[in-house]
Parts: sequence; structure tokens; C-alpha cells
Amino acid sequence: MRRVKRRHVAFAVAAAALLAAFIVPSLSVGASQGGTLKMIAWDGYLDAKWVTPFEKQSGCKIQGKVAGSSSEMVSLMRNSGGQYDMVSASGDASLRLIYGGYVQPVDVSKIPQWKQFQAPFKSPPNNTVDGKHYGISLQFGPNTLLYRTDKIKNIGNSWAAIYNPKYKGKLTVPDNAIQIADAALYLMKTKPSLGIKDPYELNKTQFDATVSLLKQQKKLVKKYWTGSGDNAQLIKSGDAWLGPSWPLTTGSLLAAKVPVREFIPKEGATGWLDTWMLSAKSKNTDCAYKWYRYISSPKVQALQGVTWGETPVNSKACPYMNKLSKGSCKIYHAAEPLAYYRSLYFWKTPVPDCGNGKKDCMDFSKWENAWTEIKAS
Amino acid sequence: MAVDASSAGPALRGARRSLSAFFWRRPWLKVTALLGPPLAWLVLIYLAALAALLISGFWTSDFFTGRIVHDWTLENFKQVFSFSDTTYLRIAWSTIWMAAAVTVTDAVLAFPIAYYMARIARPRTRALLFVLVLLPLWSSYIVRVYAWRVILQENGILNWALHGVGLPDANLAFTNTSMWIVFSYVWLPFMILPVFAALERIPDNYLEASADLGARGFRTFRSVILPLALPGLVAGSIFTFSLTLGDYLTPVLIGGANAQFIGNVVFNNVGIANNVPFAAAYAVLPVLVIALYLAIARKLGAFEAL
Repeated sequence: MRRVKRRHVAFAVAAAALLAAFIVPSLSVGASQGGTLKMIAWDGYLDAKWVTPFEKQSGCKIQGKVAGSSSEMVSLMRNSGGQYDMVSASGDASLRLIYGGYVQPVDVSKIPQWKQFQAPFKSPPNNTVDGKHYGISLQFGPNTLLYRTDKIKNIGNSWAAIYNPKYKGKLTVPDNAIQIADAALYLMKTKPSLGIKDPYELNKTQFDATVSLLKQQKKLVKKYWTGSGDNAQLIKSGDAWLGPSWPLTTGSLLAAKVPVREFIPKEGATGWLDTWMLSAKSKNTDCAYKWYRYISSPKVQALQGVTWGETPVNSKACPYMNKLSKGSCKIYHAAEPLAYYRSLYFWKTPVPDCGNGKKDCMDFSKWENAWTEIKAS
Repeated sequence: MAVDASSAGPALRGARRSLSAFFWRRPWLKVTALLGPPLAWLVLIYLAALAALLISGFWTSDFFTGRIVHDWTLENFKQVFSFSDTTYLRIAWSTIWMAAAVTVTDAVLAFPIAYYMARIARPRTRALLFVLVLLPLWSSYIVRVYAWRVILQENGILNWALHGVGLPDANLAFTNTSMWIVFSYVWLPFMILPVFAALERIPDNYLEASADLGARGFRTFRSVILPLALPGLVAGSIFTFSLTLGDYLTPVLIGGANAQFIGNVVFNNVGIANNVPFAAAYAVLPVLVIALYLAIARKLGAFEAL
């Protein structure tokens, strides 16, 4: 009996050792390589062109989920129980994610590439709150004024053109409530008596003045465009001659030999800026920081910028852009003087609290309602 | 007593017989057993979805967190049916107006085609016409709408043709007129088919009787053909009216600055603003309009022509 027992014990020990030999290494490999990053992204932001090399060099796998709108990104981050590690949030979603507590601060000292960013993109107000960086800026695009040079000879240097009855029926404007900020920016510069300080922070009086300007503009609008392709077709066919647009659209029109020009008028312009944010519940921070360092590097920034007609935030991306596509650095304004970037007011979610302690500003749901009202006026 | 194999058969047969007798004595139960499953499907999937829609219309959405707040409120409906800020009523009105215009246009266009197909064309021609009417449905709806954009735009086929014969630009692109044209085009087959079915069913001897009684062509048309075709027209109008009422793609692609219909408001509230409760409240409005329309259609006997 005794012998048998001892034999059993020996067998059990051997089995356990054998098991451990298989399991422990696989556990430690899993821990060092971090496994899979689950990401919510805009369509095309996880293109194989730059995701595959990352997976190879980092050992981290990427699993993407495409979101169709900023609101969808917010609701995915909220409802999925923390299963996503990262999200490529635009400026109209990032504050919602920060105040909702769905994302965590990022340590920029672990991302050397951050130091190469153009100054305004290091700590923009749509991803940095109280000095904490809730994510790292990715790419941006200005909303420029685009026009047909063969139809309009002297457009001037002001957004006044898109409110000028001279161009009735020849104007096309983005179909997006955030467009209210464009009109607010124009009023901020041309009507100081309204006291607008920030085009995304409007009290009732300022908001009503802006909405009434947009209702005037609506009479001049041929069509509200729904995407870059829609915009390009309208300008190309001659149905519209001018309107707020994106460098991507200008680039595609110039490539199609349509006589157009774009510029940022003297009042400045609005623009969008995307940020890779890190979920508050993410357990894959090792991989996330690897991704941050990779996606912020000049070469990858240039690749994504040229692929989607966006502007890299990394100041060193310019030569790489030109290598990928001649002249693209200039088209997408990747190497402009600082004053250019300073003249851009990037999208951010309008919230009731605009810093004066009164919480009397119009929030984004009011903006949405007003946009419907403007189009139905 | 032991039950052996030989007595199991009659017992089973007896049970079956008594079951059929049971159902025979209670015919309502037989109908229930027959219609139960599909009816349950309809109630669960369709009516329950509608009920859920109606209920969520009484909730609100916290924009900032995107969470749905389950507090009962009439706010959404107040906003939809507000007479002080008529934004949403005006949008609904322009949608209904467009749906009505498209329906009338399609009825006028479909009637002669359907009449020719049903009563004049030979079988071969009729088959050919059927194919031609149905052919557009083989391609994607969005492709056909895009094709119209290419036709109507400033440097499009229409203006090119007009220039060719020395006429000025039509300037139809991105207007309500262009939407009306495209809607009328895409929904036309849905009007032709029920009208064809109604016209085909009119017995020839009715027309002969009408002629025997001294009625000429127009009188026969007014007193015999039109009343008998009316259910078909109404049935077709249910399609054209409800399809226009719910559409949002044609306004986006073809419409101009005024192109904001019920479907677009619902789409924007769900897709962009994430305000599902308001979208639900607004979506109740077309449901009411269609319910009213169906009630009238029933009165006109449209369901007998389906």
C-alpha cells in the first residue's frame, strides 16, 4: 500500500511539472507580448498598410471595429463594458469620453514622438483637461474656403463670401450641426459687440444671432453636402461655386483638373482633430503605448495623412509625405508657420459649462435642434 | 390488465379521432392552431417593435453621456407637435405633400401603361412590357438615384441635350422638382402592377354591355373602368405614398437646401445626435399618417385588389 501511494504522489508531481512546463511559458509569453488591442476607429484608420507592420514589430495584435459617427463611438465605449482598449475620437466626442470617465490619462513622457508635434497639437483643449493628456493627437484637417477660380474672380479674403447674396444658389455648406461654429467664428471676428470668445461656447444671445445668420445663409445654399465626394461632385459639375470644404476635396478636384483654389480667410477657420484615446479599463497599456509611439512617428503619420488626405500633427512628417506623393505636404498644410495652426479653432463638444460658472451655454443637443431648424427655415 | 402491442394501435387511432372531433366541435380553436405561429411572429416582431418605438418616445436621451433616461415625459411629442416652433410639423407637412404629389403623378403615368398592358397588348408585347417595368428593380435603388443626379446636374445629360437644340439650362438639379421627378420614377413600378391587376380583372362583357347601352368611350371609362380600377389605384398609392414618406436617401442625394424629410430627421437623430427617443417620437407621426391613409384605402376597397 505504502509503495503504491508513494508512486501515486510521484506520478502526480511529474504530471504537475509537465503541465507547468507547458502552461507557464505560454502564460509568460502572453504577459510580455500583451496580446490583442481592441480598437474603435473611423473607417480606414486601421488600414493594413500601417497595421500589419505594427503587428509584426510589436507582437501586439489589433482587432478593429469601425464606428460611423462620434456618437456611436461614445456609446460603444460606454456600453461595451470596457472591452475596447482604444478609440480614435474626434474633437466632438473626446470631451464626452473624458467627462464620462471612459478614458484614462496618458503619460506623454513615454512617447518621445510627442515632442515632435506642432505646438498647438501637444495639448489641445479637446483632449487635454487640467494639464492631463487624455490621449495623443493623431491627424487634423482645416475647414477651408474653396471656390471655382473660373467662376469667381475676386472672392476677397473673408468668410463674408459665404453669406453674400451675390452667390445665391451657388453655395454648398457641410451638412453638420458643428457648422454653427463656422458662423460663430465669423461673428466673433466681425461683430465684437456679441462678445463671442470661443465659437464652441455660445450663450443664448450669441447662439440666436449665429442661428439667424445661418438662416439667412440657407437662402443662398444650393445643397448641404454630406461628404467629400458629394462636395467634389457639386463643385465639379458647376452646381456650386464655393463653400467651406476640406483639403482632401481640393486635392481631388485639382487632380481632376477642375480650376479651384482654397484658402483660410482672415477670420481663421474651424477644423477637426482626431485623438487616439485609451480606455479607462484597458489592461493592454503596454501595447497601447507601443501603438502610440508607432502611430505618432513621422513615417506612419505621413502614410496615414497621404492615404486619407489628412494632415499629420508630427512636424517631421513633411519630407515623408512628399516622398509618398509629390507636393502633398503643401496641399495638406503639414509644414505651415505656427500662425497658420494658431488660426484654427478645432471642433470640441459644446457643453453647458463654458467656464464662467453660470452653465448658460448651449449644449450640442441644442446645436443639433437648431441645425434642423435652420435647414427647415 | 396488461396493455399489449395489438391494443396500442386502436387506442392511438381513437385518440387521434377524438382530437379531430375536439377541433371539429371547436372551429375557432382550429383556426387558432393554424394561424397562431405566424400571428405570434407578427405580434412579437412587428407590433412589439412598434410598441417599443412608441414607449421609447416617452423617454429622453442625455446627450452628454449618450445614456437613455427612463423618465416618462411628453417633451419629445411636445417638440414634434409644437405650434410655437413649427419646425417639425413643417418638415412633416413637406414630406406628406411630396408623397401626395408623387402618388398622383404615378397614378396618372401608370394608368395608360397598365391599361395598354392589360387590355390591348398581345401576350408577347405584354411579357416584354412586364420585363421593362420590372427591369429597373433589378438594379440597386441607390444606383438609379445616382444616375438621376448625373442626368440633372449643371453639366449633366439633360442640360447637354438642351444646349444641343439651342435651349437654355433647365436648372433642375438639387431642387424639390428634381426630388419629385426621381421619386415618381423609382416608385412607378409599384403603381403599375396593382393597376394592371385591377384592369385585367374587368370582364370584357361589362364593356360590351356599356356599349350596348349607348355609352361612348369616355362614358364607359368614367362609369365602368375607372370605378373598377379604383381599388388597384388605391392599392398602388399605398406603396408610392408610404415609400416616399419613409425615404431619406433621395433627399440626401438629389434634394437641395430644402431637402429635409421625416426620414432625414429620424436618421440624423439616430445616427448623428444619438437621440433615439426623439427619433422614436417623430417616427410615430408617419405611422399615424399611414394608419389614417390605410383606413381611407380600406373604405375605398383597396384591399380587395391586392
